[in-house]
Amino acid sequence: MAIGKRKWTSWLYVLPALLLLAVFLVLPTIQTFWLSLHSGTGFSPTKFVGPDNYIRLLTQDRFFLKVDEWPPSGALVNNVLWLVLFTTGTVGLGLLIAVLADRVRYETIIKAIIFVPMVISATAASVIFRFVYSPDTNAGVINAFLTRLFPDLAPIPWLGRADLVNVAVIGAGVWIFTGLAMTVLSAAYKSLDREVLEAAAVDGASGWQIFWRIILPMLSGPIVVVTITMVINALKMLDLVLVMTQGGPRNASRTIAFSMFWEVFNNSLAGYGSAIAVILLILVAPVIVFQVRRFRAEEALR
Amino acid sequence: MNTQTSVHRLRARPINLSARLVRLTGRGVVHITLIGLAIVWLVPSLGLFITSWRSPADIAASGWWTALFQPRYTASNYVDVLTARGLGQSFVNSFLITVPATVIPITVAALAGYAFAWLKFRGRDTLFLIVLALMIIPLQMTWVPVLRMFNDPVGYFGLGGVPFLSDLDLRLTGSFVGIWLAHTAYGLPFAIFLLRNFFIGLPRELLESAKIDGASDFGIFRRIALPLSIPAIASLTIFQFMWVWNDLLNALIFLQDVTKRPLTVSINALLGSYGTEWHILAAGAFVTMSVPLLVFFSLQRYFVRGITAGAIKG
Repeated sequence: MAIGKRKWTSWLYVLPALLLLAVFLVLPTIQTFWLSLHSGTGFSPTKFVGPDNYIRLLTQDRFFLKVDEWPPSGALVNNVLWLVLFTTGTVGLGLLIAVLADRVRYETIIKAIIFVPMVISATAASVIFRFVYSPDTNAGVINAFLTRLFPDLAPIPWLGRADLVNVAVIGAGVWIFTGLAMTVLSAAYKSLDREVLEAAAVDGASGWQIFWRIILPMLSGPIVVVTITMVINALKMLDLVLVMTQGGPRNASRTIAFSMFWEVFNNSLAGYGSAIAVILLILVAPVIVFQVRRFRAEEALR
Repeated sequence: MNTQTSVHRLRARPINLSARLVRLTGRGVVHITLIGLAIVWLVPSLGLFITSWRSPADIAASGWWTALFQPRYTASNYVDVLTARGLGQSFVNSFLITVPATVIPITVAALAGYAFAWLKFRGRDTLFLIVLALMIIPLQMTWVPVLRMFNDPVGYFGLGGVPFLSDLDLRLTGSFVGIWLAHTAYGLPFAIFLLRNFFIGLPRELLESAKIDGASDFGIFRRIALPLSIPAIASLTIFQFMWVWNDLLNALIFLQDVTKRPLTVSINALLGSYGTEWHILAAGAFVTMSVPLLVFFSLQRYFVRGITAGAIKG
């Protein structure tokens, strides 16, 4: 694969990168593991407490996991909601738009419109959606629409109600990330063998049959890749929650990644927050394994 | 192929009038679905955009949709946020942060990516797998230790006893250097991965013949590999630029000097103090968005490629 012989000068090319990765990613990751076994306030907690932070998180922290009451709540439960709704929302809509837009003349325009939210910052998107969800009927377009349609209805504070806030923030997340799913799936869809689809149509298969029996199975590879991407995005969801709701109201919209940020930088509990970071790492770890495996399989074909 | 044969086994049916009608209504449903989705996707940004051009009195008196039919627009909100609210300085800061935080990582990654693709050294493939794994590590795992390092670099590396060094103030939380380094390191795994995969696709004969002609490793890198990789480097540059420009969290954590805030941090602060003053927030949000939108519409091709490839970074 390589050209030439093994030389010490080769190291000079990778040295700056390896140094930066070691100092900013590898060493801190190890330190965070160690920190997660400590308690105390400030950025250098010193009291060794073993697994106490983890035990407290999973059994006593009602903002992280609360299961003694139905429905269960807390950051972990909210993240499950994110995983389900955000992933199906982005992948489902992305696939729908990718397949439908292929049949119309204004495909480029539609795809640009759907993709634009991917371009802007989560901060800007949060401002946009705080405006959309506003209970002020001269600002929030949803409440303006609903109160005109049903005059008896009081404006709904979408971000102010514990039972609605998660779905509302997830909606903003779907608005942002559908464009990504659409782009990947559209490229995959266009590379499908057209003759197969046409043959099916000529043979009298309906649109639905073609979609479920042919398109979907043929796209299963790209769909898996996009789904994994969205699962990671859902697990790491933080900035949107931070800017839109600050985890509120009454901590109802916390996610795992948000909890870590809040415990460390708002409550100055670096050890406790580190334990949350470790839990997050454990949750994304299977994806790391998957990536490495997929890469090795690709390399074997090279 | 399996699917193909099974499809052909389906009984062929002639296309008659009713089938055509079905197809016609089918097309109607396609158009309605797509246009409906386009409206849903456009309305949120459109509403805030129109609001950013309306006076505070108008915003309070009526919904933004009324301004579609009775246009009365003013640029005063933009003047206000850029001067009185300090977003002008933040705009400059965003560039001061983003440009070096894009150039440095791509330079470092190009060198490393080239070595991972074409040079030989011990442990190369293992190291590359580690880089691959680092792509997915949540940044949460790094923030606390890195911030500790920035607060006291000398102490962090156990160099407190070294004369001179312990007297210097090397704190990185108040300077752009810290955030440049952080973004460089955080951007590296993906950048190395992308460039290595691009470099390895270059024709082997080309590089070998250059070698036979007496070109050095670095000469091959600079005269052959780099020029051929302009498309990949362009996509990567746009991706990294956007990522840093749009980043809120790292700036929030690592830049503790108020005068050095980028736009995202300033908007977040405005939300805290002017939570429902939409004329300020709307104009501010569109100031932040202006650069990404401009880049997107002028370089769409590179853009989509870069963002799609780096979707899981963060």
